[in-house]
Amino acid sequence: MEIPYTVTARPDTGLWNAKVGIWLFLASEVMLFGGLFSAYVFLRLDAAPGAWPHGLLNVPVGTMNTAILIASSVTVVMAWASLKMRRFRAYWWYMLVTISCGVIFLGVKLAYEWPQKFEHFGAFIKKDALEKYEPYLGNHHLAERGLAPRIEISGHLHNPEALHDENVKEYEVALDPVNADPTNPNMDRPHFLYVPATDKVVTIEKADVEYANMFLPKHSAYFASYFTITGLHGLHVLGGVIVFTYLWLPVGTKLYKRNPEHLANRVEVAGLFWHFVDLVWIFVFPLFYLL
Amino acid sequence: MDASSGLATDTHEHPPSPGSGAAGDPHHHDAGHDHHELPFWRKYIISTDHKVIGIQYGITGLLFLFFGFSLMMLMRWQLAYPGQALPVIGSWLGHFFGEGSMPDGKMTPEFYNSLGAMHGTIMIFLGIVPIAFAAFGNFVVPLQIGAPDMTFPKINMASYQAFFFGGIVMLTSFFVPGGAAKGGWTSYTPLAVIADKGPTYHPIFNGQTLWLIGFILLITSSLLGAVNFIATIIQLRAKGMTWMRLPFFVWAQFVTAFLLLLAFPPLESAVVMQLMDRVAGTSFFMPSGLVINGAPLHNSGGGSPLLWQHLFWFLGHPEVYVLILPGMGIVAEIIANNTRKPLWGYKSLVFAALVLGFLSFIVWAHHMWLTGMGSVVSAFFQTTTMIISIPSVIILSAFFISLWGGSIRFNVPMLFATAFLPMFGIGGLTGIPLAFNSADLYLHDTYYVIAHFHYIVAPGTIFAVFAGIYFWFPKATGRRMNEFWGKVHFWPSLICMNMIFLPMFLQGMLGMHRRWYDGGQGWQLAGEKVWGLSGFQWNTPISIAAWTMGLAQIPFIINFFWSIKHGEKTDDNPWEATTLEWTAPSPPPHGNFATTPTVYRGPYEYSLPGRETDFTMQSEPMRESDRKAYEAAAAVH
Repeated sequence: MEIPYTVTARPDTGLWNAKVGIWLFLASEVMLFGGLFSAYVFLRLDAAPGAWPHGLLNVPVGTMNTAILIASSVTVVMAWASLKMRRFRAYWWYMLVTISCGVIFLGVKLAYEWPQKFEHFGAFIKKDALEKYEPYLGNHHLAERGLAPRIEISGHLHNPEALHDENVKEYEVALDPVNADPTNPNMDRPHFLYVPATDKVVTIEKADVEYANMFLPKHSAYFASYFTITGLHGLHVLGGVIVFTYLWLPVGTKLYKRNPEHLANRVEVAGLFWHFVDLVWIFVFPLFYLL
Repeated sequence: MDASSGLATDTHEHPPSPGSGAAGDPHHHDAGHDHHELPFWRKYIISTDHKVIGIQYGITGLLFLFFGFSLMMLMRWQLAYPGQALPVIGSWLGHFFGEGSMPDGKMTPEFYNSLGAMHGTIMIFLGIVPIAFAAFGNFVVPLQIGAPDMTFPKINMASYQAFFFGGIVMLTSFFVPGGAAKGGWTSYTPLAVIADKGPTYHPIFNGQTLWLIGFILLITSSLLGAVNFIATIIQLRAKGMTWMRLPFFVWAQFVTAFLLLLAFPPLESAVVMQLMDRVAGTSFFMPSGLVINGAPLHNSGGGSPLLWQHLFWFLGHPEVYVLILPGMGIVAEIIANNTRKPLWGYKSLVFAALVLGFLSFIVWAHHMWLTGMGSVVSAFFQTTTMIISIPSVIILSAFFISLWGGSIRFNVPMLFATAFLPMFGIGGLTGIPLAFNSADLYLHDTYYVIAHFHYIVAPGTIFAVFAGIYFWFPKATGRRMNEFWGKVHFWPSLICMNMIFLPMFLQGMLGMHRRWYDGGQGWQLAGEKVWGLSGFQWNTPISIAAWTMGLAQIPFIINFFWSIKHGEKTDDNPWEATTLEWTAPSPPPHGNFATTPTVYRGPYEYSLPGRETDFTMQSEPMRESDRKAYEAAAAVH
C-alpha cells in the first residue's frame, strides 16, 4: 500500500501531506498557548495594585536567549536550503548549530535563570502592617509620584528554616536594592540589569506577612504563569531539539541517500515547528521580562 | 524493527530512483496487494490500518459507553431508594470499589459524587467521541473519499494508544485511596483544586489529579486524530472527488475535526494549570482569602475561578457539536440510502455544518449565566446562542424534508436514524429556554438541563451511533447483523429513553437540583406533585426505565458478537448505496481498493432517471442518459 503525496505535492492543493499536518498542528498549538496567554491577561488584569511584580527577571540573559533562538531559526532555514541544493555537508553543520542553540537556550533556562529564582525570597506584607515597613517600601514617595504601591519585600533569605518551622517567628532578609533604598528615584521603575541583594539585613515578623515564599511557581500569580508558560515552552524546545537530533544523526540522514527530497521535507516540517516555538518566545519575552 | 527504521519505511514505498536501496528491502509492497501475513499483535494490537484502528476505537468506546452507563444505573438506585442497601451486588461492589464506596451496599455521598463525575467524563470523552468521531471517522472517511488509508497511519495508531492509556488512567482512579474524581465532569475550581487532598491522599495518585493526567492523554489523542482527519480529507480525496461531491458524513467529520483541533487545546492549557494548582501549589484558579474548614488556605491567591470556567466551556460548547455532528453525518447517509432519493438540500447542509462549526466557538459563556459576568457579556452570548439554533434547524429540516414522498425502507439502521430526528428535535428545542439568561436563572443546574442535553446526546447521538453500527457492520465484517434482534434492541431502547428523560423535564421545572445525593427526598421543592407523583417519587419510574434500558442492550451485545461469525453473508453493497465505501470488498483489504476509484458524480444519486437500478455509484462513469437527466433537473430548479 502506498500513501500518495508524502514527498511530492498534490496538484490541486499544492501541498504534501506532512505540510498540511504541521500547519494544522501549529493551529492547535496557537490555541494551546493562546489559552495560557489569556490566563496571563486575566490574572494580570485581576491582580491587586502592587501584586504584579516588575523587573524581577534577568533581562540581559533573556535578551541573549532571544537572540540565540532567533539565530537558530535562521540556521534551520539554512539547513533546509542546503538540503534543497543537495549540499549535505553544509546541512550537517547548520543543523549542528541549530541543535546547539536549542541546547544552550535550555541550559541557560534550567541551569541559570530558574535556579536563580528558586533562591530568591519575597514576602507580601499585610495591609495594616505596610506603614510599619515603610522604610523598605517607600509607599509615601510612590504615592507622591502617582505610582503603584509596593506590597512585597524581596531579597535573600538568611534563615530558610523559617519557611517550614512554625517556631521561627520572623524572616531575616538581605534586601534587594529596591527595598534597601526605596525612595531613590532610580528605583521607581524596574531596572533591566541584574543587581544582587544588598548587605542590608532586616527582620520581618511572620505576623505581618500575608504570604511569603521563595520565587517558586506558588509564590504568586506572576511566577505561576511565568514557570508554567516557560516550562511548556521549554518542553517544546526540547521536543524540537530531539527531532533535529534525529534528523542530524546517521539514523535520520540515511534517508538522504534514498530520497533527499524527503529528508528536506522533514527538515522543513520540523523547521516550521521550530519557528513556531521561536514565535512563542517572542511573546513570552516582552510579557514577562519587559512589561 | 526499531522505531527509527519504522519511521523510514514509508520512503521505500515510493518509486525508488535508479540504484537506490530497494534491493535487500524485504518489505517492498505492491500497491493494494499486501499479502505477507503480519503477526497477530501487529495486525490487531498496534496496527496502522485505519480500519483496524477504527474498530479498536469502536469496541473500546462501546465498552466504556456501557461502563459509563453502568455507573449511572448505580446512581439511579441511590436516587430512587436513598440510603437503602443495594440488594445482591451492593456489598460485592463495596468490596470491589474499596472502603468508602458502598459499605454494606449503601452508597456514600463521596462515591455518589465520583460516579456522577466519572459518568459524564466517561460517556463524553471515552464513549461518544471515540465512537462517533474516531471509530466511524477512521473506518468510513478514507473509504468514502477513496483513499488507501489515513495520511499519517503511525500517528493514527499513536492517537488510539494515547486514548487507550488515558482511559486506563481514568479507570485506575477508581481504585486509588479516596476514589475517583468527585468534581463533576466540569471540575469547577476552586473545589476541584482542594478536592482529594490531605494526609490520606497520595499527592499524584488521587482521583482528581489522575483525572487531569488522563485528560492530557485524551486531549493528545484527539489532537493527533483531528490533524489526521483534516489532512486526509484535504489530501487524499480520490480523483474527481471534489468538495461538493463529498458525502455529508465526511463534511460532518471534517467540521468536527476542526472543532477538536481548535477547542481542545485551551482546555489542555486549563488542565495543565489546574494540575499546577494541585501539584505545585500555584493559584491560577484560587482567589485570595479562601477559608477551608475554618482555617485560611495557605496559598498566594490572586487567581480566578471564572478563568477555569471560561477555558473549560471554550472546549465544552464546541464539544457539544463534536458529539452531535458525526451523528448527523451518519443519519444523513442512512436517510438518503433508505428513502432512495437524493438528500434534500445538500449544499445547505454543508454550509449549515460549517456555520455551526464557526458559531460554536462564540457561544460558550451561555453555560455561565449564573456567574455574574455582566449584562453586556450575557447579551452577546445570548444573541450568538439564538443564532446558532438556525443552522441546527436547517440541518434537521433538511432531514425531515428528505423523508417527504420517499418510499422508505424501515430496516434497523433506518429505524434508529428516524428516531434520531424527533429526539434531537426535543433536545434542541428544550435548549432554547436555557439560552435566555432570565429563564436559565430558574432552570440552571436542575434536572431540566440534564434532560435537555441527554435528549441530544443519548437518544440523539447514541441512536445515530447504533444506526451507524448496524449500517456499516456489513462493510467491516462481510456479514449483516440480525434484523429481528435489531428491532428487539430498538423498540425497548426508544421507549426507555423517553421514559427516562421526559419526566426529568418535570422534575427540573419543579426545581430539583441535578446534584442532590438523596434524589430530592429531603427537599420541599421535590415534594410537589405532577400527575400523582412528587418530584422525588418520579425517580422510581425513571430508575426502573434506566435499568430496563440496560437489559435492552443485551440483544445488541449478543447480536453484535454473534453476527461477526454467524451473521448472514452479504455482498459488497448490501444496502444498494452509492458512496465509495460500498465499491470496496467487504471487509476491505489493507489498502482498501483494488484499483483507485475515480468519482464522476455527487454522493446521493438515487433513482436517477434512465438507469436500470435505483442507485448510481459515485464511481459510475457518466452516460448520455445521465446528462439528460441532470439537464432536466437543472431546468426545473
